[in-house]
Amino acid sequence: MSKWPLVSLVAAVLAAPAVIADIGSRIWATGGVTSIEGSAGGGLVPWALLGSYASDEEWGGTLAISRAVTDDYSLSVIGAGLNWNNRIEVTVAQQTLDLDSLVFTLKDGFGLEQDELRQDIFGAKVRLTGDVLYSPWGQWSAGLQHKRLRNFTVPEAIGARDDSGTDVYFSGSKLFFAALMDRNLLVNLTARGTRANQGGLLGFGGDRNNRYEWMMEGSAGLFLDRQCLVGAEYRQKPDNLGFAAENDWWDLFVAWVPDRRLAITAALVNLGDVATLEDQQGLYLSFQGSF
Amino acid sequence: MMHPFEFKIMTTGLIMTVALFLAGCQALNPKPDTSLYQQLGERKGIADVVEDLLYLIVEDKRINQQFKGMDVVQFHRNLTDQLCELSGGPCTYTGRDMRELHAAMAITDTQLNALAENLILAMEDNDIPISAQNRLIKQLLPLYPDIRNL
Repeated sequence: MSKWPLVSLVAAVLAAPAVIADIGSRIWATGGVTSIEGSAGGGLVPWALLGSYASDEEWGGTLAISRAVTDDYSLSVIGAGLNWNNRIEVTVAQQTLDLDSLVFTLKDGFGLEQDELRQDIFGAKVRLTGDVLYSPWGQWSAGLQHKRLRNFTVPEAIGARDDSGTDVYFSGSKLFFAALMDRNLLVNLTARGTRANQGGLLGFGGDRNNRYEWMMEGSAGLFLDRQCLVGAEYRQKPDNLGFAAENDWWDLFVAWVPDRRLAITAALVNLGDVATLEDQQGLYLSFQGSF
Repeated sequence: MMHPFEFKIMTTGLIMTVALFLAGCQALNPKPDTSLYQQLGERKGIADVVEDLLYLIVEDKRINQQFKGMDVVQFHRNLTDQLCELSGGPCTYTGRDMRELHAAMAITDTQLNALAENLILAMEDNDIPISAQNRLIKQLLPLYPDIRNL
């Protein structure tokens, strides 16, 4: 799956608003952005929001490209999503992790020649109840992310048990109007059942723990105006592999939504220690087109 | 172990204390908060927003059929009074009950979102500050179940 057809498709969608006449009716930025796993959310955490702007009588879709570059790794993500009636979201994403510095560790320690890890993620999310803007109790959704690694050699060598796994999550999102300095505050809380190591890129389950565990993820963002959201995210992580400790993730983000058709997200990410390489900090940038 | 009767007296006492405390605070702050009303430009400013909102509604094919045949002048007056009252201004909404008014309209979320979008655009066109926009929408939120007939 090459990323260039997707990029040109994004460009075509953005360049031809007249051709695609009706974008969805939901209020600006209420579709969130495309997270690194393809589901609508922030950067690292899925939210209860469904992607695109489809409201209860509409279809909508999203295309996104994202890239995170930390001290020793770089992660590229391409993703696409469809939303039916603001009820069901279906997404696909492909992650490619360039191992950069880890190549030497793998070669010297394990005799493995591998310079990237790739996984496909198939996601579905259902809005169970509520609306993020209008319901006093907010919006609540449940979702799945089925993840399949393309190559299992490296994860297997470092102790992972499976090359595929399915995360389940429950998520609540609520926008509090005029909450802080009379600006609108978006709060999200997600509980995820998972066996994934580093989101699945290092396989599923491991020598230290092989069972599902519930991880808490959360984020909060303040709308400075209706186009600009600044905030932070936190994602708790399992620690299944004896090979290397796995840390929680967090980020500080700015999302700019100049128009319903375009969202640009920039973030400072901290992924902690990843596969023996310590304190991975870096930058994240994501472009999303909606139609 | 506390006797249930003792517990009841304590609870009653606590509630009364809290009630007195709240009443005291109210007494210290007897005037309604009119800062939102001022930020919206008082009744004239609100009337201008509602007028622009009406133009946007008429052009919006997602919702204009819902407004077909309505008395525009009356709608303008009622909505202006309603927003004026909700923002702390000296007006009284004299239109029909919101639930009764919308009962037969079967308004969808799509239509409600379209209306909310047009209201925000109308406020932007009239240079209403973001803080006032947010505060007004917050005051409108309790109407959601009535309008959607939920």
